[in-house]
Amino acid sequence: MDKLELQKTAVEVRKGIVEGVHAAKAGHPGGSLSAADIFTYLYFEEMNIDPKNPKDPDRDRFVLSKGHTAPGLYSALAHRGYFPVEDLLTLRHTGSYLQGHPDMKHIPGVDMSSGSLGQGLSAACGMALGAKQSKKDFRVYALCGDGEIQEGQIWEAAMFAGFRKLDNLCVIVDNNNLQIDGPIDEVCSPYPIDKKFEAFNFHVINIDGNDFDQIKAAFDEAKATKGMPTAIIAHTVKGKGVSFMENNVGWHGKAPNDEEFAVAMEDLRKAGEALCQK
Amino acid sequence: MSEVKKIATRDSYGNALVELGKEHENLLVLDADLAAATKTGVFKKEFPERHIDCGIAEANMTGIAAGLSTTGFVPFVSTFAMFAAGRSFEQVRNSIGYPHLNVKIGATHAGISVGEDGASHQCNEDIALMRSIPGMVVINPSDDVEAKAAVKAAYEHEGPVYLRFGRLAVPVINDNADYKFEIGKGVELRDGKDCTIIATGLCVSEALEAAEKLAADGIDAQVINIHTIKPLDEELVIAAAKKTGRIFTVEEHSIIGGLGAAVSECLSENCPTKVTRIGMNDVFGESGPAKELLHKYKLDADGIYERVSAEMK
Repeated sequence: MDKLELQKTAVEVRKGIVEGVHAAKAGHPGGSLSAADIFTYLYFEEMNIDPKNPKDPDRDRFVLSKGHTAPGLYSALAHRGYFPVEDLLTLRHTGSYLQGHPDMKHIPGVDMSSGSLGQGLSAACGMALGAKQSKKDFRVYALCGDGEIQEGQIWEAAMFAGFRKLDNLCVIVDNNNLQIDGPIDEVCSPYPIDKKFEAFNFHVINIDGNDFDQIKAAFDEAKATKGMPTAIIAHTVKGKGVSFMENNVGWHGKAPNDEEFAVAMEDLRKAGEALCQK
Repeated sequence: MSEVKKIATRDSYGNALVELGKEHENLLVLDADLAAATKTGVFKKEFPERHIDCGIAEANMTGIAAGLSTTGFVPFVSTFAMFAAGRSFEQVRNSIGYPHLNVKIGATHAGISVGEDGASHQCNEDIALMRSIPGMVVINPSDDVEAKAAVKAAYEHEGPVYLRFGRLAVPVINDNADYKFEIGKGVELRDGKDCTIIATGLCVSEALEAAEKLAADGIDAQVINIHTIKPLDEELVIAAAKKTGRIFTVEEHSIIGGLGAAVSECLSENCPTKVTRIGMNDVFGESGPAKELLHKYKLDADGIYERVSAEMK
């Protein structure tokens, strides 16, 4: 997929996020939107996966360690063909398989159940170690939140990955700078994030996480990096793509009402239209 | 019983892993800097490439095991019960239990028989914690024979299993030719008509000894070994309640949430029967030699005998 196609796809993924959260009347749009370009790149370009064979033992794996941004993952999975896009409207509904947080037992394409912050990266380390132990060459991707990395278990996992030289592991930190209680550097600063991962023996790449050129370059560099895991610190905009949600902490975990939904969808429709004229 | 062979079930755990490891290449053992104490050191020596020391980071170890299991391995997570079930409770619940992953937790140093290390390391709450997780199998073997059989059964079982082992060498009581281990199946070790003592773990051999003393006083106690606390052998428990009409439970665990609770829950719903729970009475343990502590907290044969005698008067 070229850059323009990726950008168009990301708009559709964002629409799915807004539609799902609106239909659920709950959920986490802000961090789903900030990471939408990363979800899109992983599922439409980077990962070796097959929606028709979601349990292929040789597939690449993705762990959404910041599991509350499930709407972003689900939208990418649906648009990639793992399940019908219209099912996104059942998000968080009683009886729906689209649980509030990723559920590997019931959702095609979800490689690990997650949602309790701090735990996903350990599971990703286990998967990467599993690949090494069985001499397979699949890769493992884990997306963490910048607030999530306040959890100590993240650094237990990082120590393990660095020590074990898990070069088939790529951690992405969605650095949108906002957590529920405010800016991360006002709540309990994890900065400098890059230097921390460097100290844990990671190859570290800082990028604009909403720019597909930089995303592509970073994932290519991660794949070429041997002997150590890679951490991509993706500087992003929380709520990216929806005018009134951008950089607004109030949209961390709140659904838009009908009027707000209309504005959000109009924002995204215009963004899509602009791309079509390129 | 000094002439009886004694082995700590933590040793049985390590030895069983070596035997199973020879048969199954997908078996991995994870430790958190305690391989010498959890007795998995023998596995590490035999299969160094399949032993993963995660350092002193139990929460991470639990998550690594979850991830490994999704790639086709069967990891045995080894550490003290306090850390396996206590510190890592939420990791076990969310990263293993919720997705029902095929991870086995080998928890050693359970209960007050940890001894001298004291209350901080004497986990009397693990059965309660692990039993509350949907789909989790909880096994507390009574001796070497049963512990080794339990490890094998845990490997063969698809899904999460919590195995509880002890530090103290305990009498081997199941070394007979027709011994069979089946997850969820309790074992009647002594027939009796006056009351039933349902015991688990190292309290089983103590209960048997107590039953002999009771017999000398004319109290004919049935003794049942419940090695699997979840799923509980409800059929056997209900049959015992119907037969003797008086139940005692014995465990090296809090009376809250463990075997006594499981038996009480079962009987209150199915066959209301008076149940006396013998265990740690909602208190922390303390430092001291294991045998002395078991005596002090009345979990040895003398303590069980005294309590049953007093209640049966």
